Amino acid sequence: MIPVAHAASGARSTTVPAIEVRELCKNFGSNEVLKGIDFHVDQGEVVCVIGPSGSGKSTLLRCVNRLEEPTSGTVMVEGVDITDSETDLDGVRTRIGMVFQQFNLFPHLTVLKNLTLAQQRAKKRGKAEATEVARRNLAKVGLAEKADAFPAQLSGGQQQRVAIARALSMDPDMMLFDEPTSALDPELVGDVLEVMKQLAREGMTMMVVTHEMGFAREVGDRVVFMDGGVVVEQGKPEDVLGNPQHERTKLFLSKVL
Amino acid sequence: MKRSTRRRLIQGVLYAVFAAVVLFIILAADWGRIQSSFLDPEVAAAAFPEIVTIAAKNTIVYTAIAFVGGMLLGLLLALMKLSPVLPYRWLATAYIELFRGLPALLVIFGFAYAVPIAFGWRPPGGNAGAGLIGLIVVSAAYIAETIRAGIEAVPKGQVEAARSLGMNSAWTMLTVVLPQAFRIITPPLTNELVILIKDTSLLFIAGMAIGDRELTTFARDALTSQANSTPLVVAALLYLVITLPLTQLVAKLERHNKRGR
Repeated sequence: MIPVAHAASGARSTTVPAIEVRELCKNFGSNEVLKGIDFHVDQGEVVCVIGPSGSGKSTLLRCVNRLEEPTSGTVMVEGVDITDSETDLDGVRTRIGMVFQQFNLFPHLTVLKNLTLAQQRAKKRGKAEATEVARRNLAKVGLAEKADAFPAQLSGGQQQRVAIARALSMDPDMMLFDEPTSALDPELVGDVLEVMKQLAREGMTMMVVTHEMGFAREVGDRVVFMDGGVVVEQGKPEDVLGNPQHERTKLFLSKVL
Repeated sequence: MKRSTRRRLIQGVLYAVFAAVVLFIILAADWGRIQSSFLDPEVAAAAFPEIVTIAAKNTIVYTAIAFVGGMLLGLLLALMKLSPVLPYRWLATAYIELFRGLPALLVIFGFAYAVPIAFGWRPPGGNAGAGLIGLIVVSAAYIAETIRAGIEAVPKGQVEAARSLGMNSAWTMLTVVLPQAFRIITPPLTNELVILIKDTSLLFIAGMAIGDRELTTFARDALTSQANSTPLVVAALLYLVITLPLTQLVAKLERHNKRGR
């Protein structure tokens, strides 16, 4: 039997947001990066977070799976407070896929081992099952034939698609993307965005920090504009990108569009 | 004078000085005495086969034991030094600073005599075994710093990727960080190994049974009994037979690592 990716989603109440952030503050020393953020992502929703560099959007994303420790405020994932020290953080993280700007594939392992390692160590899957899941996800991102290659032998775009397949192999309920195309050569961006669009079409819950306005407009259910550690404006992509209400949003969009 | 003529003249003078020094040494040295006391073929022949089957073998065995022991203890110390638990960090730092600051000879001597007295326990292998504990203790301090540097050289994103996949810190260290760290530190670790080969010569301070002697001790004993220095030369050549292939290997590994980046 093929394991069903979202076996739990049917039983879960759809009223609980996938991600809910309340009054989140994050300081690096005396530098306030996040100044009281309220933010949520509903189940099945694709939320694109845009804003100038230094606006805190990546820090917000990294607080969602606690790669960054929030200074104050709460972060709820599927109704579970992940800042609570009693929470099984590793367990929650297996349900949150994360894709990095720099791919962060494991260079000493083959592509296939990159995909099976955490399945076996964190999800306690057997080797046969992990391999099967890995091959299915590699095929999904169009890289089935690269299973035995090492990351260094792949292009940046291929590496990022492997990274997406690695995250998907944990059968996550949601995916976080931290500027997934920013480190890529322009001609390689399209393949990665195509994989992300396919995921969105399949109903995956996604939080995407990006500079790709075209992607945000086409795929995003909601666009959140951040600047200076606060959410300045949010709404439907056509509203925020097409008819921004705030001066700071207008200024930012005039520079990137 | 033209620039090129001057450069050639300076080079000529440098060669001439070098040749003069060599010539002086050749003429001044008493070659007959050098040959009879350092290169006596009969004395050299008398050292065989024991200098290989016992002394060189023991040098290699002691090196292997000290390296494996030093790696295990060094890894433990490196992990302690990077631990979030403060007393562990203190302990590891104190250990490393102490044993890097002391002469290896002193530590080997100390352990060879202090361990049996303190614990009422004689390590296997007699005095050589007791001395080896000192050698392990010293090499672990150096190896710990090398391993720590290797762990810190693994990009932070690697840990973040592993942890974001839900792997706990132990599995992340074991399957993601350490394999990459050891790849990075292979050249300096091989250097530690070469240094360790030579440091086994310090074990003599523990006092050795006849069959436990390594190369240097064996050669010194032969020197005393034969009243001739030739065994030292034979031992020196045997050290080179062991160390030269290793240093070549280090150079090869360094080239390989550069290519991989």
